[in-house]
Amino acid sequence: MADGIKDKIAILGMGCTKFGERWDMGPENLMVEAFEECLEDAGIEASEIQAAWYGTCYDEQGTGKGATGLGVTLRFPYIPITRVENFCATGTEAFRGACYAVASGACDIALALGVEKLKDTGYGGLPAIDAHAGPLNGQVLPNISAPGAFAQLASAYRAKFNVSKEDLKRAIGMISVKSHANGVKNPKAHLRKAVSIEKMLASPIIADPLGLFDCCGVSDGSACAIVTTPEIAKKLKANADLVSVKALQIAVSSGVELGHNSWDGSYFSTTQQASARAYEEAGIKNPREELSMIEVHDCFSITELVTMEDIHISPKGGAIKDVMDGFYNADGQIPCQIDGGLKCFGHPIGASGLRMLYEMYLQVLGRAGERQLKDPKYGLTHNLGGFPFSNVCGLTIVGKYEG
Amino acid sequence: MFGITSYGGYIPRYRLNRGAIYGANAWMAPGLIGSASGEKSMANWDEDSLTLAVEASRNCIKGLDKSKIDLAYLASVNLPYQDRQNAGIMSTALNLKDSVESADFTGSMRSGASALLAGINAVKSGDYNNVLVAAGDRRITKMGYLHELWAGDGAAALMLGTENVIAEFKGSFTVTDDFVDHYRGLGEKFDYNWEERWIKDEGYSKIIPKAVQGLMDKTGVKGEDIARFTTPCVFGARTINAIAGQLGIPVDKTMDNMHSVCGDTGTAHSLVMLISAIEDAKPGDKIIAVSFGQGATAMLFEVTDKIADHKDRTGIKATLADRKEEQNYMKFLSHRGLLSQDWMMRAEASWRTAVTTLYRNRKMILGMVGGKCSKCGTDQFPKMEICVNPECTAHHTQEDLEFSECDGKIASYTSDLLTYTLDPPAHYGMVEFDNGAKSLFDFTDNETGLIDVGTPIRMVFRVRNIDKERGFTQYIWKAKPIVSN
Repeated sequence: MADGIKDKIAILGMGCTKFGERWDMGPENLMVEAFEECLEDAGIEASEIQAAWYGTCYDEQGTGKGATGLGVTLRFPYIPITRVENFCATGTEAFRGACYAVASGACDIALALGVEKLKDTGYGGLPAIDAHAGPLNGQVLPNISAPGAFAQLASAYRAKFNVSKEDLKRAIGMISVKSHANGVKNPKAHLRKAVSIEKMLASPIIADPLGLFDCCGVSDGSACAIVTTPEIAKKLKANADLVSVKALQIAVSSGVELGHNSWDGSYFSTTQQASARAYEEAGIKNPREELSMIEVHDCFSITELVTMEDIHISPKGGAIKDVMDGFYNADGQIPCQIDGGLKCFGHPIGASGLRMLYEMYLQVLGRAGERQLKDPKYGLTHNLGGFPFSNVCGLTIVGKYEG
Repeated sequence: MFGITSYGGYIPRYRLNRGAIYGANAWMAPGLIGSASGEKSMANWDEDSLTLAVEASRNCIKGLDKSKIDLAYLASVNLPYQDRQNAGIMSTALNLKDSVESADFTGSMRSGASALLAGINAVKSGDYNNVLVAAGDRRITKMGYLHELWAGDGAAALMLGTENVIAEFKGSFTVTDDFVDHYRGLGEKFDYNWEERWIKDEGYSKIIPKAVQGLMDKTGVKGEDIARFTTPCVFGARTINAIAGQLGIPVDKTMDNMHSVCGDTGTAHSLVMLISAIEDAKPGDKIIAVSFGQGATAMLFEVTDKIADHKDRTGIKATLADRKEEQNYMKFLSHRGLLSQDWMMRAEASWRTAVTTLYRNRKMILGMVGGKCSKCGTDQFPKMEICVNPECTAHHTQEDLEFSECDGKIASYTSDLLTYTLDPPAHYGMVEFDNGAKSLFDFTDNETGLIDVGTPIRMVFRVRNIDKERGFTQYIWKAKPIVSN
């Protein structure tokens, strides 16, 4: 029976660009910016990297298909590189490839890098779904956008738990208020302005009930990690604290959500599954008591709300109360999006999973500056791609290496 | 006995107040005031002549055994394809049997009546027993003249056969006459119209009497025997009554041309009016139905006592009642493609249709055929190789199950202002069918704030997208929320 990768992987170094509208930077420039920080942090030479996983989602907006975008940009000497794409969970997918390669013994040191250049699209929001959806989807897919797809959660959640439109709108508004407050303290965040609940509630509607401030920033950016075994890490970084991977799980929709009435549209089946498996892999019995901090995929405020229940922290139907009680605020029991989240740090698709990890890594090592939490033990990242009715959920749990 | 065995009508939900047209155009054409009363039916942006005809056909064949339909005709002068049989798309949408014979009728305002007559002759020949004839017209006119005020959108469908006849066919008479009241040359978007006075005096007032007199002489029916005289005529009651007068038909038997409630639905209108007449008829009533266009066709029907079985059918009256007033003339023009608006970059997405994919999946895409698992009994849409039920997941156990007539309700929804649609905001969401299946659909004929989880829906066949670069119209089934007006 496989026992997972708990404590088999140490993060040797990480890097992350400032996210935002980086008009002067292409994807190649962003990759170099993140990689240089990462390499310096790891304390190794680029030539010591034996394999790489390259995560980028919208190839039509970035470096095109294939792994050469990374190999050529970073001038890697003919090492194995794999390009991965798994919707907005691409960053975690790249990290998983690198971790599994090291855990398997196929290589000693591997790089996971995610990047997305979205602001060459020409308009706000994510690129429209067009011919890239495939010849069948191109004829049958409803005319959806990302906010519209996630807004479905709100109507189903309200119906299930008999919540009024006003109460739900206020709760998801408070989620964004909290993330904006956190983003102010993060110099790399895209949006660094506190916003009041009144302004939040008054923002123009994008996809009912989601207003502009319920939607995350659409950003350019890159983030990366160099991973190795704890043994090698200890040699390379003697006497330094190490961050190790406690769990890494991915769950992909089975089609039940899209076509079977056992799913009511108000939650993420994948997240429920992946988080339960992650807690088991990490040996966490009670996540509400044991987790110190979380970074979840708050592409939209409503996503964060239901995710609080799907990762088994808030009870079913209880997320609104936890949010309103400040349970997830910076000074709450489990701070969520302490770096601003997708909402304010921004959401360059392929980089986001690694960006979440970057914050957890900094926090565990006590390097998070003004937003540093006190002695965090376990940090969870939740990276979701696709749509509520068909998606990919990537989850990691990291913490201090105690070996 | 042979004749009409069922009927169905469809007038689109939206009705454009003619005052809105007049208000915008009075500065250039103040004379429009004479025709500016009432409202005209207005197809939604995702409706065309084909989808209108499909909806009327659904109403016509509801509750009947579709597998018995052996011939399907579609008539319109505004069909989406010049070369791809539109009746074939309609047959697939209605999920008729593969061995159905089909044809398009076009080229004249009279082609609806021509299709009906051809269908009747097919039944008469004894080679066909159940014939579906549908006519639909989404009309295109230039802005700012009478034709825009007169024209409405709509469809009608009739089943013809020898059993359970509700209106027996008694005879017909046609005059073919190349009277060019209007014409549309190949590749032209709009009709070219001649002077109304000439059309009224030399066209309608002379050609229709010739056809009807021919019918009377042939069948022996007299003017005073007629319970209803139906003829589309944009010039209204005075002209129609004068024609009736020439023929000895009492003026109180003439039928209103429906200008005030929907306008003239073009190719479909002679059938729309005929159905309206049948809906109000009692057994024994004789109806003369006329259609004008490069001549005229007159047909005589006699209503039977079987009409009593069709009281609940959705004909013209019921579909007229599903009504929502539209005051926005700009929106009407936009939906017709008559404006150059800046829809921004999201509108640039290109959708080339892989017809190989369409052909493989035609029953799913056009016919809304899903599956029922023969192992666990789970109904599902779309139908895939492996059962969606997580407790089953059996391979290759799916049997065809038609979903288009399945009732359902909204399970989740949004109104989306970001995604590109010709009618923002876009509405879509999950639908749960009464049979337990669930799927994601676009919603149509809906306005923000009318729906919630639990709102009932009806599936409707609509345009998904028009690929203007390649001239290809995609169709899909959408959920139409059933909301009170």
